[in-house]
Amino acid sequence: MLTILFWVFSVLMLASAAAVVLFRNPVNSAMSLVLTFLALAALFVTLDAFFIGIIQILVYAGAVMVLFLFIIMLLDLKAETRRRLNIAALAGGLAVLGGFVVLVTQVVRSLPSSAEHFPPLARTGYPDAYEIGMTLFSGFNLPFQVIGVLLLVSTVGVVVLSRRNLR
Amino acid sequence: MPTLGDYLLVSGLLFSIGLAGVLLRRNLLIIFMSLELMLNAANLSLVAFARHGVTAFGLPDYNAQVLVFFIITVAAAEVAVGLAIIVALYRLRQTTHVEDLNRMKF
Repeated sequence: MLTILFWVFSVLMLASAAAVVLFRNPVNSAMSLVLTFLALAALFVTLDAFFIGIIQILVYAGAVMVLFLFIIMLLDLKAETRRRLNIAALAGGLAVLGGFVVLVTQVVRSLPSSAEHFPPLARTGYPDAYEIGMTLFSGFNLPFQVIGVLLLVSTVGVVVLSRRNLR
Repeated sequence: MPTLGDYLLVSGLLFSIGLAGVLLRRNLLIIFMSLELMLNAANLSLVAFARHGVTAFGLPDYNAQVLVFFIITVAAAEVAVGLAIIVALYRLRQTTHVEDLNRMKF
């Protein structure tokens, strides 16, 4: 059952990720990006990472995608007109890409533990969010607060960047 | 049961699709979306390794999941700042096409 779900969601995720790259209209790309994020959240759930899956849906499929669609609407982007293809650049890009895919496949195959199944999990009775919260607030308290400062700085930065007369 | 290698392979393919978008597309917004795909591929392999490296108590490695949490937070901040830069650029040049932005080209 888990195997079927894994392959269904990974094929769905890879297909919609390819659609993000292939669609000409940015709105279509953004919609397939939502589908990619949802399938990825499902893959996180198959890895017993429930909290990360929920966060993925809330932050990515919710907040980030709303931001993307808002910007597409604000800029009023039309579908790209076809331009003359630069054959040399296209061939170079595809060559780099092919080499990268071969490299990744080789690395994954040569990994000693790549054919191992995941070990079974113990039942503790605590939910996933409890354990992550304990780790976050006991072991990573300072990074957590630094992240808070980072979010504040980026908010202020966005406000400054979107002023009408940027100096 | 899917193995660790399956998850890593899917993550690598997702990263390659993102890389293809960055290399082959010329719309700034699509390039930005492809960057998000690459970040998410890294997250997927991190969570797969967290599930693989079960600790002595039989729990997944929650340190890795906390790292994924941080990556998602930083990515959200990055999207906000990046899109603000794209909007500022669009106001100045009325385009999001990479080939029209060649002032700093050597």
